Amino acid sequence: MTAHTDWVFRWFHILAGIMWIGLLYFFNFVNAEAMKEAAAAGEAGPISKYVLPRALFFFRWGAVVTWLFGAALLGSYQAPSGNGFVAAFTLQGPMAPIGLGAWLGTIMLLNVWGLIWRNQKKVLGLVPATDAEKARARRVAFLASRVNTLLSIPMIFFMATGPTSMSQWIYH
Amino acid sequence: MKNPLDSIWGTVICGFVLTAILWAIARAIVSHAMGAGA
Repeated sequence: MTAHTDWVFRWFHILAGIMWIGLLYFFNFVNAEAMKEAAAAGEAGPISKYVLPRALFFFRWGAVVTWLFGAALLGSYQAPSGNGFVAAFTLQGPMAPIGLGAWLGTIMLLNVWGLIWRNQKKVLGLVPATDAEKARARRVAFLASRVNTLLSIPMIFFMATGPTSMSQWIYH
Repeated sequence: MKNPLDSIWGTVICGFVLTAILWAIARAIVSHAMGAGA
């Protein structure tokens, strides 16, 4: 790969990342409390029916696109010890900071598809579930979403500082 | 003890604490590699 592809991968990685993490922060900083108040007022139905399915669509596919372009970007980089993707994920020397960011992003992607989306389908009634199963699914999806919010803080730190010239001040 | 993840600000604080821990690990790995390469 060349610098001609590098900027495309970086651009789309950031665009999709804003879509993904922006919606994650919407769910956690705005929607969680809003849904509590709306449910208490008996008005949560329209949010669940019209807003959440659309938000979850862009959220989960934004996560996939972010990861794919991030992986392509790492793979296009030639680290001193070999391919950038392998060097990052094996935390080799100066690739360790971006590698930690990549690992956090990967865990978050698995969380999105394995826990959040799987349980939200039950909560939103897209797959059949009893009331008890829905209540449990709501709690699991909520905690998984909060874990991703927690992980996003170091993940963005490593994405912002790992591959830049300022890293010499932060990691040495 | 309450689960810090039940509060958005508890979640954010945990995120900053984890950042500090992981930064120390990353710094140790990078310093070790630089020392080995010197």
